[in-house]
Amino acid sequence: MKYLNEFRNPEIAKKYLDKIHKITTKEWNIMEICGGQTHSIMKYGIQEMLPKKVNLVHGPGCPVCVTPLEQLDKAISIASRSDVIFTSFGDMLRVPGSEKDLLSVKAEGGDVRVVYSPLGAVQIAQENPDKEIVFFAVGFETTAPGNAMAVHQAKKRGLKNFSVLVSHVLVPPAVEVILSSPINKVQGFLAAGHVCTVMGYQEYIPIAEKYKVPFIVTGFEPIDIIEGIYQCVKQLEEGKSEVVNQYSRSVSAKGNNNAQNIVTEVFDTKPRKWRGIGEIPGSGFGLTKQYSDFDAETKFGVEEYKAEEPAECIAGLVLQGVNKPNECPAFGKSCTPEHPLGATMVSTEGACSAYYRYRNIKTS
Amino acid sequence: MNKKIDFNYSCPLPIEQYPNVLLAHGSGGKLMHQLIGKMFINSFDNPMLNQQHDGAVFDVNGTKLAFTTDSYVVQPIFFPGGNIGNLAVNGTVNDLAMCGAKPLYLSAGVILEEGLPMERLWEIVQTMKNSAEETGVQFVTGDTKVVDKGKGDSIFINTAGIGIIEHDVDISPSQIQPGDAVIVSGDIGRHGIAIMAEREGLSFESTIESDCADVSKVVMKMLDKQINVRCLRDLTRGGLASALVEIATSSGCNIAIKEQEIPVNPVVQGACEILGFDPMYVANEGRFVAFVSSDDANKTLETMKSFSVSKNAKVIGKVSEIRDKMVTLQSSIGATRIVEMFSGEQLPRIC
Repeated sequence: MKYLNEFRNPEIAKKYLDKIHKITTKEWNIMEICGGQTHSIMKYGIQEMLPKKVNLVHGPGCPVCVTPLEQLDKAISIASRSDVIFTSFGDMLRVPGSEKDLLSVKAEGGDVRVVYSPLGAVQIAQENPDKEIVFFAVGFETTAPGNAMAVHQAKKRGLKNFSVLVSHVLVPPAVEVILSSPINKVQGFLAAGHVCTVMGYQEYIPIAEKYKVPFIVTGFEPIDIIEGIYQCVKQLEEGKSEVVNQYSRSVSAKGNNNAQNIVTEVFDTKPRKWRGIGEIPGSGFGLTKQYSDFDAETKFGVEEYKAEEPAECIAGLVLQGVNKPNECPAFGKSCTPEHPLGATMVSTEGACSAYYRYRNIKTS
Repeated sequence: MNKKIDFNYSCPLPIEQYPNVLLAHGSGGKLMHQLIGKMFINSFDNPMLNQQHDGAVFDVNGTKLAFTTDSYVVQPIFFPGGNIGNLAVNGTVNDLAMCGAKPLYLSAGVILEEGLPMERLWEIVQTMKNSAEETGVQFVTGDTKVVDKGKGDSIFINTAGIGIIEHDVDISPSQIQPGDAVIVSGDIGRHGIAIMAEREGLSFESTIESDCADVSKVVMKMLDKQINVRCLRDLTRGGLASALVEIATSSGCNIAIKEQEIPVNPVVQGACEILGFDPMYVANEGRFVAFVSSDDANKTLETMKSFSVSKNAKVIGKVSEIRDKMVTLQSSIGATRIVEMFSGEQLPRIC
């Protein structure tokens, strides 16, 4: 398949892997930010092919994993109402809230539907004027433009029965939290290619300069990731800390202007709580005043929900790259994809789930 | 209701983690296996059932028979490449074929929802008739029920089938030997993607047709040619991955496959890339995996390729010497990882 097979070619992979083995002299901890990259690393067994000195740590870039427990409880509460059709991207349905997940709400008779595009939820709202349609707007900068467009369209069409439960988060503030933590061990980053497709990569330049860490904007296919790791190790070995674009077939320095414009129109930056990490100032989106009528939290009176994480789960430390999933005592025992304790075990992008599904022979 | 039942702590309600049945309990993954194992196998416990094969094989006065049943609840009931009618015939026929049996007779239990247009029902019945004729089976008994509107999903069909086993080959996971070739009868994942595309209104470069087909003639030919068949399994809901994990678990053997050898149609591959699915876990309705002695691998491929339904057959791996009950996959870039059964439904990823 064009644009995919080339990036899964074993000969090219070997060429880059040989180069990485050749230039690595010291121990390096490199964080891939995005869950999609974690998934590829585990699926293709990339860690196993790297020098022992190059250690990949899995970042907080899985939207399912970082959506805080109380947002899930809000979703579950709203979805349980008989007057609501609750719409969401597929993999949010299995994320456990304090007591249950959205799939259980569906099993109990709630109208919970998977949509492939937020505009699909707007369509449902138009077709069901006697129901309240709520869309679970989660994700990073990547899904923000689509979600913003849905709200924009709903307003344009004069829909009063559509609202969004917003749980949007942003990459750069989380990266700064990781880098300024006293227990941080990350020395270089593979920045998330799709986030940068929307936002560009200029916002990483001051962070790279301030913390003296290289950022490689990286794609999601195995060759992308291996090349990204090569460029990162190369900079680390040479003592450099620059922002480099490996994913140039999709990313430009300034990103996608139209996407950014719709995001700024509908959302503004707000403090957001991250599951397992806590509240980070300016790390997420909320609806602007102009669009506040579409806020499901106020519409259904769930703003004040609070929830505590299960004590056994170390998802927060996994998301910050301090611990590997298999270092958790619950991993594969009391916590499995069938009975996840934390969200990192739920999504196929979550580090714990990816570790569980794609265990290589050695780690098992 | 459960609260009224006397609760015996030595045998507690087995699926305690989920108080209600979820859709995922029917998706062919781990949750379904847990449900079947803990509820049904545990309760009905007998040697024939415990083999957990696609059908039961037994002897009646010296004649070896295979018996199986399957229910069909697909939505949409019409999809590119077929409808619920040929699914209901082929699915049960294929289950018999996986036991090495020649399919003979079928039953049909049809549950209709009030309001289903007669024209649609007629079309489904005609499809069942044609599929049965093509396969050479007869519907010899049946039952019809109608439920209130909203209590069913247009139509549910259950078929049971009986077939005759006319050879002495024991086809089961216990027969698998180290070195055996693992052969898949065609490209995987078509049915699941065809259904999903139709259900969700997704369109791709070209229409993906379901692979729904009868594979019994291929299996009969393999047996006629005296190919050393060890085990057969048709790929259904849980896809290739679940079938292989099931066989590794019940045979005790490790199965080593190569990602690059697994045939996937480019359109199916593309759809899976967009939705974040792994084709290894996507449903099929006209594909099976065969374990045959390595000496017979080429003969098997040749036989399969002589039928249009299995013209894209491929050797995807072999049974290894290690007995850890695992399926291992060599990724396209050369690393090796374990293949797990999916826990519930595959859900489209966010981004």
